[in-house]
Amino acid sequence: MRLKIWGCRGSLPTPGIETVRYGGNTSCVEVAFDDGGVLVLDAGTGIRELGAELVRRGVRRLNLLLTHLHLDHLEGLRFFGPLWDEGVSVDIWGPPSPVSSLRDRISRAFSPPLFPLDLRDVPAGVTFHDVPRTPWELGDATVSASLVVHPGSTVGYRIETSGASLAYLPDHEPALVGGVAGKTLDWISGGAIAEGVDLLLHDSQYFEDEYPQYVGWGHSSVADAVAYADAVGARRLVLFHHEPLHDDDSLDRLEARARELAGRNGDGPTLAREGMVLELP
Amino acid sequence: MAAVRPKHLVLILAREFAENLATPTLITDERGVLVFYNEAADEIFGRSFAEAGETPLEDWATQYSPRSVEDDQALPLDRRPTGIALRERQPAHERFRITGLDGVVREVEVTAFPLFAHQDELVGSVTIFWRA
Repeated sequence: MRLKIWGCRGSLPTPGIETVRYGGNTSCVEVAFDDGGVLVLDAGTGIRELGAELVRRGVRRLNLLLTHLHLDHLEGLRFFGPLWDEGVSVDIWGPPSPVSSLRDRISRAFSPPLFPLDLRDVPAGVTFHDVPRTPWELGDATVSASLVVHPGSTVGYRIETSGASLAYLPDHEPALVGGVAGKTLDWISGGAIAEGVDLLLHDSQYFEDEYPQYVGWGHSSVADAVAYADAVGARRLVLFHHEPLHDDDSLDRLEARARELAGRNGDGPTLAREGMVLELP
Repeated sequence: MAAVRPKHLVLILAREFAENLATPTLITDERGVLVFYNEAADEIFGRSFAEAGETPLEDWATQYSPRSVEDDQALPLDRRPTGIALRERQPAHERFRITGLDGVVREVEVTAFPLFAHQDELVGSVTIFWRA
């Protein structure tokens, strides 16, 4: 399994000279498998460039897993090149809603006044799926989804092959339900999907002293992210969903703080960066 | 030893809610297994949840001898609010008598309601005890 980060900024695209090292595009991660299959996590603005790359590679079939439909995880979809090719098939998976289908919810972003074209105008073969309640197979991978603490209906994903496992929880505020201290894994939000993974991509939007201003907004402090990774037994932690107000120098400090909290340096937590490639065995 | 079942997010949220309530509150999963009650409920039941642990609700409830206030006979299952909430997927309310593990007889009013995550996905129930 090979991952590439195409966007790891939270909340709002943040281009500019102060964010060139970590990047300003919002959430999008490519997961490539040994059999050539491609799975895309979220459709933030990072998906535009990924789409151009997939078109160049001639990928004709792919799966897109959406954690939720907040704009920073969806706004790139309209500019995702493969959608505009009638020879491409895209399966889009996302959290269920008690009131409307995934297609209907996404179609709001593909309609005036937000966008000039309608979802009906998309030439690719697009199929929408609510995530199943039990694990399902996508090519060589087994995927599991679980609702996690974040405003609105939001899921985290676990992706597992015979040799590697990944958990993706880009927007997650476990502290809102009492954190992880003293809790068994079954009572930890997302615990079942993050348990013992080789790699955990987890929300770490704030420094500890910033978090109190944003309680309930759905995101974690760096301390909560490190504690969460420890509680679920993740082997490696990559911090994700960077606060738009944090420039590169701030994010360097956030990474140093994460390593200090984890008590490790060389193999300690790292911050996601646009263009980062992560190989899992 | 059987693996512990992960709790649905709705149960995790319900537990956090209950932990911050001064009203005695009990939570079950969709199978009717008691998965949590709060400190306020300790006084009614005579011991803490940490001591009680997860257990099927009907087994657990037997210890408290729920009885009708009208004739002091055992309260039939079809009048027990939590069971109704889970079986019939609707809220229920009843007044009855229990004997705590401390030997004290108490009259309680109990309201139970089912928890649905998405559409028909029943994930558990919440039961609230009001001092009668």
